[in-house]
Amino acid sequence: MSETLLEVKGLKKYYPIRKGFFNKAQGFVKAVDDISFSVRKGETFGLVGESGCGKSTTGRSLLRLIEPTAGEISFEGQDITKLSMEEMRRRRRDMQFVFQDPFSSLDPRHTVQRILEEPLIVHGAGNSMQRKAAVERLADVVGLAKAHLQRYPHQFSGGQRQRIGIARALALQPKLIIADEPVSALDVSIQSQVINLMQDLQREFGLTYIFIAHDLSVVKHICDRVAVMYLGRIVEVSGKHRLYDEPQHPYTQALLSAVPEPDPDFRKERIILQGEVPSPANAPAGCAFNTRCPRVMDVCRNVRPPLLESGAGHLTACHLYDREAGIRFA
Amino acid sequence: MIQPILTIEGLHTRFFTERGEIPAVDGVDLFILPGEVLGVVGESGCGKSVTSLSILKLVPDPPGKIVGGRILFKGRDIVPLKEKEMRRIRGDSVAMIFQEPMTSLNPLFTVGQQIMETVRLHLGLSKKDAREHAVGMLRKVGIPRPEAVVDEYPHQLSGGMRQRVMIAMSISCNPELLIADEPTTALDVTIQAQILDLLRRLNEEQGTAVMLITHDLGVVAEMCHRVVVMYAGKVVEEGSVQDIFKNPLHPYTRGLIESVPRMNETRERLHSIPGSVPILSKDMQGCRFAPRCGNVMDVCREALPQLTLQENQHSCRCWLHETRREEAVV
Repeated sequence: MSETLLEVKGLKKYYPIRKGFFNKAQGFVKAVDDISFSVRKGETFGLVGESGCGKSTTGRSLLRLIEPTAGEISFEGQDITKLSMEEMRRRRRDMQFVFQDPFSSLDPRHTVQRILEEPLIVHGAGNSMQRKAAVERLADVVGLAKAHLQRYPHQFSGGQRQRIGIARALALQPKLIIADEPVSALDVSIQSQVINLMQDLQREFGLTYIFIAHDLSVVKHICDRVAVMYLGRIVEVSGKHRLYDEPQHPYTQALLSAVPEPDPDFRKERIILQGEVPSPANAPAGCAFNTRCPRVMDVCRNVRPPLLESGAGHLTACHLYDREAGIRFA
Repeated sequence: MIQPILTIEGLHTRFFTERGEIPAVDGVDLFILPGEVLGVVGESGCGKSVTSLSILKLVPDPPGKIVGGRILFKGRDIVPLKEKEMRRIRGDSVAMIFQEPMTSLNPLFTVGQQIMETVRLHLGLSKKDAREHAVGMLRKVGIPRPEAVVDEYPHQLSGGMRQRVMIAMSISCNPELLIADEPTTALDVTIQAQILDLLRRLNEEQGTAVMLITHDLGVVAEMCHRVVVMYAGKVVEEGSVQDIFKNPLHPYTRGLIESVPRMNETRERLHSIPGSVPILSKDMQGCRFAPRCGNVMDVCREALPQLTLQENQHSCRCWLHETRREEAVV
């Protein structure tokens, strides 16, 4: 087993709901509510879930683009939540971000040359000649022509813009790239181009990815291990084959069964969930999924299930798999 | 022989912009049989949405205009109809649901008022009956506590609920044809499963014909009986869902199907279609897909292939499958 690159322990991000004259916090939106996971060097770790489950907040908290409320984030053994802003800024050399929307994440007034050079300038990498050479190499790596460098973002299609976003993230030769829905704004035929590019780059530069997405088929294709989130919590983590073949948490089971397969002969047993995701400002007590779970028990409404190992590297937060839960509750 | 409920013949819809005429829909032929679910698939800019808007004559004019072709609804050409006559058809015999339910509901009126408007207009119900009808419709589409929701405003509802309201509104006059333009694209998978389930029940129980416009091949495989594939304003392939997925003829259809990652199989690398969708213009020559096609021949760049019947209602617009190829080359 390869070494751990990133270890997250008890990460929380609460947003206070302020009301009244003194702006007193009347409660919290628990966007990320006590999650822990670790990412190994060289793997692609997927974070999946539906809108509002906290996957993007988690991704941003890891780089402290959003300041976490509590928890520990160790990157190469160093707890980065304790770093000062300046130290953190320098640390981000090794941790980069690719955003979902290639239309709003590139400065429209800068040429591609300038966009790709910026991180090099900010981190004081090389002189202007070296930087120019580096930018040309980057463009080449992601499949952009040299002539493209003098153009502006609006002159490119969505797929090409996402290539620029990826090249920018690669500029400082980071160890970890967090990609938040990098292909969901793209058309199917372009989506596969970008996925293939990301896999090639990973092989070439030994990158580690955290891949945040809602599309379960894309996640299965690109990831090695996957964590499923629901209402700010991780409900299940496992190697992708185990997770997709033998999902344990009733939410994972329902989620996987809901994905339509592009094959008219492939019929699967569909679990249609009733109702909708509750508001994270008012999460149910006990297991967050208890309001929609087809196998809900009494204990689920009172006790939050811990994330426990239920097989080789397979963790599930569900009372169905916790033999001692009944005893503890009684 | 069953008469189609809707037949489109040689439809041309153009946008007149500063950059010239854009042939968004460039000679589209298609038909829908009563009680059938027809899928219209393609990537952004292929003309699938403009085709559907043309049917109800909802293309914004200016800049858009239907410049040629016939749209026969139960044998009657609706292209020359005046606005007043169109209004009698819209919502009554043909209804439409859109991708973004928030922008297609009026935020200033309650859900009930909006449904009642349609039924009072088309069915001539009294206010009291219309309200009862509205509550019944909400119940039918699976909205919990319909008596209360009828008096709520759209912003009080979640995305999935709003889409249900849109569906309730569109089926309130029992239309013969329902046009659904990306009805589940903005929704999460578990909610998508609920909405698709609802549309399928409508089709099966009431025999409403559905024209389902989507880019999601999984949704097509699951829902549709017949499929029309569009590329750059033209229909490139048409056939039963089995033919399209199991025996795709056009290189674009094949590429599209192979580009999609699947959950029930593992592949090292995704297929991808090189390049991107062409910018539409009046002066395009030859097959629109030629610049991206792996099987391109000289003839493809010079002359546009016709949509020709191959076998069993399966047609394709490609020189590879056209018998006139030799003549065309000479």
